[in-house]
This record gives sequence, C-alpha cells and structure tokens, in this order.
Amino acid sequence: MSLKEKLLSSYIAFEDHLEDDSPLHDLRNKAIKTFETNGFPTKKEEAWKYTSLNSLLKKDYSIFPKQDQAVEFKDVRKYFLHDIDTYKIVFVDGVYSSFLSETTHDKLDVCLMSSALNKPKYKPVIEAFFNKVAKEDSLTSLNTAFAKEGAYIHIPKHKEVEKPIEIINFSTGNEAAILLQPRNLIVVGENAHVQIIERHQSLSNNAVLTNSVTEIFAEKRAYVDYYKIQNDGPTASLIDNTYISQERNSNCNVHTFSFGGQLIRNNLNFYQKGEGCDSTLKGITILEDKQHVDHNTLVHHIAPNCESHQDYKGLFGDASTGVFNGKIIVEKDAQKTDAFQQNNNILIDEKATINAKPQLEIFADDVKCSHGCTIGQFDEDALFYLRSRGIAKKEARALLMYAFANTVLESVKIPELKGRINKLIAKKIGVNLGFNV
Amino acid sequence: MSKYTEDDLKKELETKEYEYGFYTDIESDTFPVGLNEDIVRAISAKKEEPEWMTNWRLEAFRHWKEMVEPEWANVRYTKPDFQAISYYSAPNKKPKYDSLDEVDPELLDTFKRLGISLDEQKKLAGVAVDIVMDSVSVATTFKKTLAEKGIIFCSISEAIREHSELVKKYIGSVVPPRDNFYAALNSAVFSDGSFCYIPKGVRCPMELSTYFRINQAGTGQFERTLVIADEGSYVSYLEGCTAPSRDENQLHAAVVELIALDDAEIKYSTVQNWYPGGKDGKGGVFNFVTKRGICEKNAKISWTQVETGSAVTWKYPSCILKGDNSIGEFYSIAVTNNYQQADTGTKMIHLGKNTRSTIISKGISAGKSQNSYRGLVKISPNADNARNFSQCDSLLMGNSCGAHTFPYIEAKNKTAQVEHEATTSKIGEDQIFYCNQRGIDTEKAIALIVNGFSKEVLNKLPMEFAVEAQKLLEISLEGSVG
Repeated sequence: MSLKEKLLSSYIAFEDHLEDDSPLHDLRNKAIKTFETNGFPTKKEEAWKYTSLNSLLKKDYSIFPKQDQAVEFKDVRKYFLHDIDTYKIVFVDGVYSSFLSETTHDKLDVCLMSSALNKPKYKPVIEAFFNKVAKEDSLTSLNTAFAKEGAYIHIPKHKEVEKPIEIINFSTGNEAAILLQPRNLIVVGENAHVQIIERHQSLSNNAVLTNSVTEIFAEKRAYVDYYKIQNDGPTASLIDNTYISQERNSNCNVHTFSFGGQLIRNNLNFYQKGEGCDSTLKGITILEDKQHVDHNTLVHHIAPNCESHQDYKGLFGDASTGVFNGKIIVEKDAQKTDAFQQNNNILIDEKATINAKPQLEIFADDVKCSHGCTIGQFDEDALFYLRSRGIAKKEARALLMYAFANTVLESVKIPELKGRINKLIAKKIGVNLGFNV
Repeated sequence: MSKYTEDDLKKELETKEYEYGFYTDIESDTFPVGLNEDIVRAISAKKEEPEWMTNWRLEAFRHWKEMVEPEWANVRYTKPDFQAISYYSAPNKKPKYDSLDEVDPELLDTFKRLGISLDEQKKLAGVAVDIVMDSVSVATTFKKTLAEKGIIFCSISEAIREHSELVKKYIGSVVPPRDNFYAALNSAVFSDGSFCYIPKGVRCPMELSTYFRINQAGTGQFERTLVIADEGSYVSYLEGCTAPSRDENQLHAAVVELIALDDAEIKYSTVQNWYPGGKDGKGGVFNFVTKRGICEKNAKISWTQVETGSAVTWKYPSCILKGDNSIGEFYSIAVTNNYQQADTGTKMIHLGKNTRSTIISKGISAGKSQNSYRGLVKISPNADNARNFSQCDSLLMGNSCGAHTFPYIEAKNKTAQVEHEATTSKIGEDQIFYCNQRGIDTEKAIALIVNGFSKEVLNKLPMEFAVEAQKLLEISLEGSVG
C-alpha cells in the first residue's frame, strides 16, 4: 500500500473518531479531496523541479503514534534555549507534553491547537483565521485534513510579549518511521510584539517525516520575529509550509537556519495585504553528506508602499544539494514597492550541487525590484592573507565562512539565540573560534 | 509648449499603427491546408530532395504527432490549428535572375517600402542579401565574391541538393528533430531557409544577411537555417524580418543551428519585427523559434537580438559550450507593446573547461504587454573554472504591463563562478527631472534614457543593422527613442 493510499484510508478512521458537528468537518473533507486529486508533488511540477520526495515516500510511516512517550528533561535540555526564560510548547511524537511545556493564558494565549479547535471560547478566532491564508496545495491540504495538534498563539492588541516563545517538536523513535503533521496558528494583534523560535528534533535514528503548516497573521503595526532552527538528525526530513499574512505597517522577519536533516523543504510565503508592510526573509544553509535543502520563498506584494528583503547564504559540502527558488510577485496596485532578493552560494566540494531559480513577476511600473544570485568560491587571496598572519587553514576558512554568513546572523535579535547558532555553525564546520560574531 | 508626459507617450504608442502593413499581390503556388505524411512527402518532392531527407522529414513528422504543445511559457494565446495551415507557399513565377532588373517589380517595390531595397543594400558596405519571400529564395547577391573564398551561402534546399554531405552531417546535430514540439514540426515541413558554410581559416569578408517576410495569408513560415563555421573561421550573420499586417494569427516556427568548430567564431544577429497585432490585441505573428549553437574548442558564438514584433514570442537562442575555452554570448533587447507577449532568453550549457558566457538582456514593456526573461545557466561537473555573468534589466512603461524574470541556475562544479543580476524599474522621475533642468524636454529625456538602457546591446549589432534596429525601436516606442 502506498503512503497516499494509507493516508486516505487512515483519514476515514480519523474523521470517524472526531466529533462530527465540528465546523471544520467540511474543511477537512475538502482538503483530503484536494490531496487525493493531486497526490504528493513530483519533479514534473515546476515548484518541485529540483526536489524529489520519492525516496521519503517509500517508508512505512505510522500516522497515529501511540500516546504518552516519556522523555526526561535532562536528555532534551540542550535543545531548549535554556539560558533564558521562555514560554514553551513541546510535543513528543506529535502529542503535547505538559511536563516539558510552559504555556500561559495570562493576557495572551500560548497554548494548544487541540484546545483552540475544540473549546467554544476560541471559536471566533478559529473561524476568522484558521486555514485562511494557507494555500490549497496538496501537502498543505494533507496537513489540513489531519490537523489536530500544534501551537496556538494569540497575542492581543498592544501586548509586547516579554519573553520568547519556543515551539519544539520531538520525535522519540519508538516507531520505526513516523509521519508528523503539526499545525500552528499564530495571531499577532495590533501593535503587539512577539518572538518565536521553532525547532524539530528527532531523538533517535529512526525515520521521521514532518509535514508542518504554520499560519501567521500580523495585524496593523504588529511585529513578528520568527526563527526556524533546522538542525535535525540525518534520518529526519521536514516539509515546512509557512504562510504569513501582513496587515498595514506590520513587520515580519523570518530567519531559517538549515544545518541538519536529510531533506528539508521550506515553503515560506508572505502576503503583504496592507500598505507599508516590511518583510524580511533570511537564511543560512550549511550542508554536508547527501543533505538536501530547498528554500522555496514567495513574497506577494499586493498593497503599495511595502518593502521586502531576502538574503539567503548557502555553503555546500560533500555531495549535498542546495535549492533556492525565490519568487517576488508585485501586483498592479502595489506601486512604490521596494523588493530585494539576494542569494549567495559557495560550493565547497566536488560533488555538491546548487540549483537556483530567483524569479520576478512584476505588474506595477513604479517599483524598485532587484535580485542577485551568485555561485563562487572562497577568495584565495583573503585565505592567503589570514594564513600569512599565522591563522591555520581550517580556522581561516571558518573565519571567511562566518564573514560570508554574517549579514544574516547579525540580524538575529535574541542574543542567546545568536550565541547558540554561532555554536551550531562552529560545530558544523569543526572549529572553535573562541569568539562570538 | 505643453509638457510631454508618459501618458502622452502611452497614447502615442497605442495609436501607432504597424507601418509595414501591406500585402504584395504575387500569385502564389500554395498547397492545400492541413498536414499529413503526403504533404510532407510533397514538400520534399517539390524541393527535389534526396531520399534520406524525405525520410528524415517523415521521422520528424511521426515524432511530432506524438508530442504535445508545450504550455510552460509565460504566454497566453489560442493554440494554432495545425490542420488549418498551408505548409507550402512559394511565389510561383520562380525567378532565376541574373540581375535585379528581371525581378518582379512588385516584389522589388515591397522591399523598397520596407526600406531595404536591394540597391541600397548593395551600396551598403559588403552586405550580401539572400532574400526569402514566403519560403523560397528569389535573389542572391555577392555570391561570386563569396564563392572565391570557398564560402557557400545559399538556400537550404539548394544546399540539400548540392552540398548533401555537409547538410547530412550537420542538420539536426544541434537541434535534433525530436528536440521539442516546434522543432519537430519544423523538421518535418521546413520549406526553405539559409545555409552557410565557411571553410577552414576563412574570415568571411562581409556580413551575410537574410531578410524574411511572411506574405501569403494563412501560410506558416518554417525556415531552417544552418551555419557551419569550420576550424578557425569567422562569420557574422544577420537575419531580419518584417511581416505585413494580418488579422488572423500567423505561425512562424523556425529552427536555427550554428556549428562553430575549433577556434571558429559565429556572430548571429537578429532584428525581428513581425506584425505584432493591432492595438486591440487582434492578429499578429506567433514566433516559436528554436535557435541553438554548439561551440567546439576555443570557439565563440555570439547571439544578438532585437525583438520588437510578434504577438507571441517564444524564443531562446542557446549555446552549448562543449569545447574547452569556448565562449557564449547573448545580447537581447525585447520590446513589447499593446497586447504583445514575449517569453525569451537563453540557455548557456557549460560542458568544457574554462568556458565563459555572458548574458545581457534588456526588456522594455509598454501598453498591456507581458515581457519575460527565461534563462538557464548550467555548469556541468566537468566544466572546471566555468564563468557566467548574467544581467537582466526590465523597464516598465505604465502599470498595465508586466515584466518577469525566470532565471535557472544549476551548478555542479565547485570552481564555477556564476553571477546573476536582475532589476526592474521605470524611467525615474528624478532622471527626467535631471534632464529637464539641463534644458532637455521630457520627450527627448525619455528617448535618451531608453537609448542608454539599450545601448549595451545596440552596440553589439553590426553597423548596418544598428541603423535598422534603431528604426524598429523608434516604430515600437515612437516618441521615446530619438
């Protein structure tokens, strides 16, 4: 039985299990139909030209994991941003772990999608926002059909959240292969500020495939800082679908750090619906072995006077593959748009591959849009200069790597997180520089 | 004096009629509409082709029947009905003239009205013109001078008859008959085109030039061009086209193959001004062209194009950089106005070591047109030290048009250096203001800016063509180019 058939038959059982009067019932049925019609994307689709899911789909994933997987805090402490106080929403094999989490309902809601979907008091928010910005593509629909658990964050007007919120998904490896489909909804009210860190972490070498959907709504003048840390084990794969809807004068920044995992596909979509929005998409990708990371970004400029900034840096070692597929669409009414996109790549080893496809689709005339894409090497002269100053080759190269990636790193606004990412990069390239960039 | 604004310019552009819209009444020898194996055989027979050519065409036709028309390009149009086209049309007073005096005066008049009269061309420094009017070449000049050097420059049907070995060896070697839908169609039904062979070490003393015209209503034009530059030779080849006004869409599916052997250089320039359709988007030519060149060691191929016409353009002149140290270049200006759509760009396939490529593409969109750049730069694992630089700039006039960029970059070699840059902008108010305050009026200022915007590409055109290109830019964007 193929994974698709398995999912379709599991869906019937899943839907039976749920209370039938849920208003989401129709939405789910519609979503599973979309998935049934389209199936998993193949390389024949333009958006998936450079990324094949075939090898992942062959595995026999369990779709509904057993309940209550125990995880000791001391074993997973290192995956948290433990130096500072944070709100935490933690899932183990897709099931909420109250023991590891720290949620709140005090003036803001940092809690669970399952309670938001079921409790009447959240109904207006769910009705207004759930599945309202997500695209109806096949993978997002699959997630919608099975949407049950995830993070639910609602920041009311004028609220500045005093500490970052961490969303962490652990997988224990108690199942030979597991398919996780977290569904997150984040609503940031007018003039509210929030910082969120998202992480997926597998605790064993068993296969994990995560198909996650996150919807973020930034109301007027809201400020959202979102960090994605993708440093998973070599058997874990992630398809991340993030949809961000921005209202007037809101500001959203998403940083993606891709260092680990077998295959990662980031579908990051920004929709600027109000005037004066500012969007930032930045990423550092450092790969080795046969890792494959595909950044698929979309910035859709719908309203006038908006800005978007994209900056993706990639370093590709061994036989790894990097894909960058960035699209900027400027609608007819989005005059005075300032859209910028940059993608710089360095191939370190013989067998590494880069496929880049930066695209502009522009329908307005009074705009400033540009993109730049480069593939190159380390500057031999710079390397020589550093070595002539007594810096070993490895460290010299590491310094150049840091310099290369620094424009992305420097805009991380949580100092502890920046330190953590620094360490991850140092570990990834096997050096200890003894300083923070 | 009233101020000349962009709105005025837009109005002017919309009302500007196609200047070359007239129809020459020459009795034509036209085949019945429709396409089947018999038609393919009949075309081949008409051309007195050898059997291998007939079979080659038939094979292409069989592949074509199984292929589906591609839909990936960023253009929207009603698909042509391939069974409603006549696949062969030739002026029937098949002339074999020794001098221009014998040529049908009506035909000569056509060329005169296009501003490319043979007399004028002859006078212009060293241009040999092989005129293709509805598929059959009717006049060739300067053939003698070329023959002295051993250069073969003739129609492809003549080449198939008289230089069969060369054609057999190279035709379909760069663009195989099953390459794509339109290439397959062309391979099956091509009626004529140009053939050029430059022998070893010869530098072609003049620019070779062909003017194409579509003249007969309801006929498709399927030319096939084959240029072979043998080791160490050089040739500059010009191709230009204008088509008369028609209300129904006309199909143009050409194939151009360039072969640059070791140390050879080919410069291929195109000025394309097919009928773009009326200002309401009615009519116009569909231009679905496959152009590709292959470079052996140290060879160089340079494509330069000025695309101002056609309702729909779908064209990607490409270079396969097979030999070490070979060079590929692509310079393009694409202008779209009213309801025109263009999806054009290039492919640079780096296979050899130390290969270099440069892409400069300038898109200007006005009216309700859509202008896309689509390109591929591919660095294969063996292409050590490959280098590419791409620049795509778009200029938008008015907010009903669109400019799009779809570059594909695939690198599989760690020594590759690839740079891609794209910008989209309109004519800056500050730029115009700067000109104004220096005493240059707005109309002249726009002209200056557009000229400057296209200069990089216009400079690459041979002198004789640069004049024509300027003229076409003028027609397409009247009032904006001085």
